[in-house]
Amino acid sequence: MYTQGLDQADTAAPSPEEEVQLRDAFQARIDAEEKIEPRDWMPEDYRRTLVRQISQHAHSEIVGMLPEGNWLTRAPSLKRKAILLAKVQDEAGHGLYLYSAAETLGTSRQEMLDQLLSGKAKYSSIFNYPTLNWADIGAIGWLVDGAAIMNQIPLCRCSYGPYSRAMVRVCKEESFHQRQGYEIMTVMARGTDEQRQMAQDALNRWWWPSLMMFGPSDGDSAHTAQSMAWKIKRFTNDELRQKFVDVTVPQAHFLGLEIPDPDLALDEETGHWCFGEIDWQEFKQVLSGNGPCNAERLGARRSAHEEGSWVRQALLAHADKQRERSSAHEAA
Amino acid sequence: MQERELPLWEVFIRSRTGLNHRHVGSLHAADAAMAIQNARDLYCRRQEGIGIWVVESAAIHASDPADKDALFDPAEDKIYRHPTFYDVPDGVENI
Ligand SMILES: [Fe+2]
Ligand SMILES: [Fe+2]
Repeated sequence: MYTQGLDQADTAAPSPEEEVQLRDAFQARIDAEEKIEPRDWMPEDYRRTLVRQISQHAHSEIVGMLPEGNWLTRAPSLKRKAILLAKVQDEAGHGLYLYSAAETLGTSRQEMLDQLLSGKAKYSSIFNYPTLNWADIGAIGWLVDGAAIMNQIPLCRCSYGPYSRAMVRVCKEESFHQRQGYEIMTVMARGTDEQRQMAQDALNRWWWPSLMMFGPSDGDSAHTAQSMAWKIKRFTNDELRQKFVDVTVPQAHFLGLEIPDPDLALDEETGHWCFGEIDWQEFKQVLSGNGPCNAERLGARRSAHEEGSWVRQALLAHADKQRERSSAHEAA
Repeated sequence: MQERELPLWEVFIRSRTGLNHRHVGSLHAADAAMAIQNARDLYCRRQEGIGIWVVESAAIHASDPADKDALFDPAEDKIYRHPTFYDVPDGVENI
């Protein structure tokens, strides 16, 4: 999170031989666990990978406010409403920390927003599913934030300084998100039959999309090897997914809820929970824009942006006027 | 039409009395008042601060990473600037 202004690369492009030397020195710094900072030399593909990953991450935080925002006015009590409001506000914060981190790589906020609003940029597939009832808010906190934490904790050690610092901040705030979700689930699982059924139904609908949050299987993940070499990623998608399943299954059992997977079984030898095959067709469909709520989510972002345009312009006009007045005052 | 972007600001927070303001991140705002307001919402949601400084990013001048050695190496071999460089004879106290 440094300024865009400090980020201008002022040196000419290196020759091919220099490029090789620079790359070697760069990789040596990474291997020594040094952090890369905005004005340091970095390979163009490292920069591009980070811009893509950080901006997608930021978009996910921002779009992620929508499914939960749906329940802000319908929370069952003032306490739950205040908690949900605080959580959604945190997600806005996460989006902003991350946009700032991406801006240090020389991309503008405007550019990133344009890519989101035009549908060119991707964001996490999970936010294209609907929140049908209050139990969904419990399931999202527990599973979606739980999966996000699993992904984000290793990112605190990412080689790019501004990203890793943003992730430290995010992770500190994230754990209340998961706990409030699990608490909602606990209350419902111990409630009336109908509430218990709602909790089970929410788990049934959110389980598989949560597993998809870790991305394609290692065999199909194009960027994994390079990202691991650059220490942007510390674990593969499948490793993180397995960790998530291992910690979450006992939490479901504690609630007396059933994971909607007939193939789920504990491997006594390894201690890992084996699970069934993910519906990758569904994952691809949702990512490419054909999920249940893709159009609605983007539509909501677009109209918020368009309807806020006059406010942003008025703010700038006011700031211009103030500046003119104070310089006129100084001149007099 | 391409919208004009709100300028970028750097945010510094004093977390308690007696401590320095520390750089915590950046944000976009039209003017200083809005930057302070947004900094409160963005960086002080959990009592992280009791004071905020904001400065337009464009107003910051920074040292060049390429000058790192020239700027900072000269301090490396001046170990006599540290108290641990000196031998204090046994039996001498309060020094
Ligand atoms: Fe978040
Ligand atoms: Fe969260």
